[in-house]
Amino acid sequence: MRKFREAIIEKTILLNGFACILFVVLIFVFLAKDGLTLFRTIAIQDFLFGQIWSPLAEPPQFGILPLFLGSLFVTVGATVISVPLGMACAIFIGEIAPRWMREVLKAGVELLAAIPSIVIGFIGMTMLGPVVKSLFHLPTGLTAVTGSIALAFMAIPTMVSIMEDAITSVPRTYKEGSLALGATHWQTIYRVIIPAASSGIVAAIMLGIGRVIGETMAVMMLTGNASVMPKTILAPVRTMTATIAAEMGETVRGSEHYFALFAIGLVLFGITFLINFLADMARHRKKK
Amino acid sequence: MSKIETKDLNLFYGNFQALIDVNLAIEEKMITALIGPSGCGKSTLLRTFNRMNDLIDGARITGEVLIDGKNIYEAGTDLVVLRKKVGMVFQRPNPFPLSIFDNIAYGPRTHGSKSKAELEDVVEQALSRVQLWDVLKDRLESSALNLSLEQQQRLCIARLMAVTPDVVLMDEPCSALDPMATQRIEELMSELKKHYTILIVTHNMQQAARVSDRTGFMLLGRLVEYGETPQVFTNPKEIKTEEYITGRYG
Repeated sequence: MRKFREAIIEKTILLNGFACILFVVLIFVFLAKDGLTLFRTIAIQDFLFGQIWSPLAEPPQFGILPLFLGSLFVTVGATVISVPLGMACAIFIGEIAPRWMREVLKAGVELLAAIPSIVIGFIGMTMLGPVVKSLFHLPTGLTAVTGSIALAFMAIPTMVSIMEDAITSVPRTYKEGSLALGATHWQTIYRVIIPAASSGIVAAIMLGIGRVIGETMAVMMLTGNASVMPKTILAPVRTMTATIAAEMGETVRGSEHYFALFAIGLVLFGITFLINFLADMARHRKKK
Repeated sequence: MSKIETKDLNLFYGNFQALIDVNLAIEEKMITALIGPSGCGKSTLLRTFNRMNDLIDGARITGEVLIDGKNIYEAGTDLVVLRKKVGMVFQRPNPFPLSIFDNIAYGPRTHGSKSKAELEDVVEQALSRVQLWDVLKDRLESSALNLSLEQQQRLCIARLMAVTPDVVLMDEPCSALDPMATQRIEELMSELKKHYTILIVTHNMQQAARVSDRTGFMLLGRLVEYGETPQVFTNPKEIKTEEYITGRYG
């Protein structure tokens, strides 16, 4: 009887484990089924490299290059802002701050992660947008840069908590060895601790970027939503995610436009999958 | 003048007193061993000589530690200069996760940038001194973590040689090694004593008897006995030392 119970419990856990994989596969199949339908009527290179996204024109055009560049600008901008800030924060929490301050800061960073993206978008719209507008003398404050800044703050908590884990898990003996050779604390941090934690740091950056690419609500509110080829990061852009969110409600189910939005989803899925994969590679490189 | 001298040295971890009135004089270019049961304070004493105890929260010291006649606990002591002069080898080999070359070059690079050619010289000399040069010279760029434990410990000693210390502190340097490797490290120590003042903390009494010139026996934070190694081991003055050496506790 006990054995029977064991077996039931084990099988249930096994099933749950596989359920996650099953869901991912189902989502992918669903996306692919509708997304790939588009390419019956539209050539794949026109979709990926077309410079005009104009689904309501006659004939409609489904070039996602402007949307891809919008996502790219916002993501790169957010990465450039969040990586140095996040690293500095993680190093301070992990290595420099006294114990009581460490606890306060860690709690603060986790709280930052808990702020809903709509709230960040709201604050960005009312506070950040006008600042960007007057700072760069722009006709509008809703640009790629505005989105980047807001998204950087959404990526930082993820980055900091993973980086901080990586930094504190560097063996104490490395630190002692370096200090005993007469290195200063700072020399020890940047010449031993950061290299030793590098795989975790890279993984943290990748996961932070993954979060930024997938974010929708804040970017929809902050980037100005202009689906044209962006020339500078100070111009309004529209990301791939915002396009799906904005247009899915107004398409006819089964239309070309509908399939095009699924195809964008497929591209996004591919990108985040690649990033997670790279993050995983970085994390496992250390174990070899 | 002795190389290192402690005067009425007391050390506290919070409310716990780990060292009690330690008075010790260590001679230059000799091997001095510190023995005693676990928790007797021998590692703590060793770590006062390069101020590694500073890293521990709540560690507090009274008394003096003189190295070359200068109190290293005086305000304004430059820890970088002190630790360059007083190097340390740890219980578990702790090479950095860098290449063999970068491990040795770590110290010299830290203490002012040196040219590639200079660093190559330093690396060759340091590795030769620990008899690793011939074995490793063709794979200086591979990771130090792939070496055997004995080679790693030698590498750590070489890494220390590269910053040209006067004093070498060894905290149970052989406890992670097998007997053959231990023997070879001991031979290396005898070789190194021509150039350096060596202090070794060890659990292994035979090791202390084999390699050291002077031995100090510690118990519960006190230095119970200190003298010439043959005298301490064959004719101890203190009954506690005799009991420890004959294996009655510890």
